[in-house]
Amino acid sequence: MLYIKCPYCGLRAQKEFSYGGDATVKRPNINEEVSSEDWDNFVYMRKSPRGKHIELWQHIAGCRQWIKVQRDTATHEIFQTAKVTEEIR
Amino acid sequence: MQKYSVFSLIKNAFSNHQNWEVAWKDPTPKSEYDVVIIGGGGHGLATAYYLAKEHNIRNVAIIEKGWIGGGNVGRNTTIIRSNFMYDANARFNEFGMDLWRNLSQELNFNVMFSPRGIINLAHSDAQMNAYARRGNSMRLNGIDAKLLDRDDVKKLIPMADFSDEVRFPIFGGLMQPSAGTARHDAVAWGYARQADDMGVDIIQHCEVTGFDVVNGKIKGIRTSRGDIKAKKVGLCVAGSTNILAEKLNMTLPIETHVLQACVSEPVKPLLDGVVTFGAGHFYISQSDKGEMVMGGDLDGYNSYAQRGNLPTIQHVLTGGLALFPFLSRLKMLRTWGGIMDMSMDGSPIIDKTHIEGLYLNCGWCYGGFKSTPVSGWTFAHTIAQDQVHELNSELRLNRFSTGHLLDEKGLGTKTWIG
Repeated sequence: MLYIKCPYCGLRAQKEFSYGGDATVKRPNINEEVSSEDWDNFVYMRKSPRGKHIELWQHIAGCRQWIKVQRDTATHEIFQTAKVTEEIR
Repeated sequence: MQKYSVFSLIKNAFSNHQNWEVAWKDPTPKSEYDVVIIGGGGHGLATAYYLAKEHNIRNVAIIEKGWIGGGNVGRNTTIIRSNFMYDANARFNEFGMDLWRNLSQELNFNVMFSPRGIINLAHSDAQMNAYARRGNSMRLNGIDAKLLDRDDVKKLIPMADFSDEVRFPIFGGLMQPSAGTARHDAVAWGYARQADDMGVDIIQHCEVTGFDVVNGKIKGIRTSRGDIKAKKVGLCVAGSTNILAEKLNMTLPIETHVLQACVSEPVKPLLDGVVTFGAGHFYISQSDKGEMVMGGDLDGYNSYAQRGNLPTIQHVLTGGLALFPFLSRLKMLRTWGGIMDMSMDGSPIIDKTHIEGLYLNCGWCYGGFKSTPVSGWTFAHTIAQDQVHELNSELRLNRFSTGHLLDEKGLGTKTWIG
């Protein structure tokens, strides 16, 4: 079981959370011409690194906030969590 | 090569089975090969075998970081089926079924292919309609499909919960009678033995650390056991695809996730074939040893750990118990995990790349084992002829940018939900 520290609620079990994928993927800007390649990159292309990965989780059975988690994809160690508006370095 | 037969078995019994030939050698890597296949799993071994057999390309090496058959080909739940709705997937996998049917004879190695059928259960009228549609699509592609009603299912799996109290009553199901299971290790070993016999070098415990790409053309690979020149390189590394892609500065429509499976203690034969629960993600079959082999959901977050967490096993088996209450009496023998190359539409990629001489075989999600022969067959063709075969002509890498997705399940890009 992973234990994730929600920035709003504190340390909670993974079962309370729902996964939201790679948090570094940026949606192309609205009201600008978007090339097919940019859409392709946004919708489908993923780095999926082995090691540190910044990802979105939603505290679905808690405060229902989306949060950012920096986690190691090989060891499952969690280094840092943050509000979704905050940056993880 | 020593042929395996009842006579060779009897002959070797006289010497207490001490004098069998080694099934494959342990060569030191040569400095140059015509083709290097990275990944000594089922798909890589099958590719090397068909390169040698179908295309007479025998100066081939398989480079494996661990040992052959130690990854997903030894970790899957051995299900073989071709019950797909889309033409491209159906044709591809039905060609594979034909290869499976002759595989034991072809490889002179008993892969124990046992076509006892697969039943996908339905738990609503809507699901029955969807299965009727899928079954019709399968039949149009020459694949056997039978729509079962509740009584038909009850005859086949009377031990399932048919009582009135169940949350998800069984309405019926879709059956592919020609689907089945095989002994997964034997598939890897059988291909390895024949490929080795035809001159393929199987190099184990050799990690790929980099690639030599000059002017957009592959020249060779760098490994923990020295540099190896190669005219062509094929990637067959399943869950490690993104790691190698990063070394090539490529980004792919793939995420790596861990999938767990488990087996119970062995019991007497009670389940014939494979059954999937339609109201949750759970599938089950019984191995020849008597163990109930079970699996279901991904753990649900990017992972390269070949092990998972208990909550997912509990969740999967909750579905299992809803379907088969007798499972509650069984002890769990073991659980394990494998890492899946989850593609963004749920279908695989067998294609050339923008780098000349570099070929890609990935995106198998959690369905790679059943396609082992056809994957190797088409990938060998793609490498040897430098062009895709008709069978994998829709399994291209560019289908994501052109919009020609093969989204069999229509799940979108949230690969971890599937």
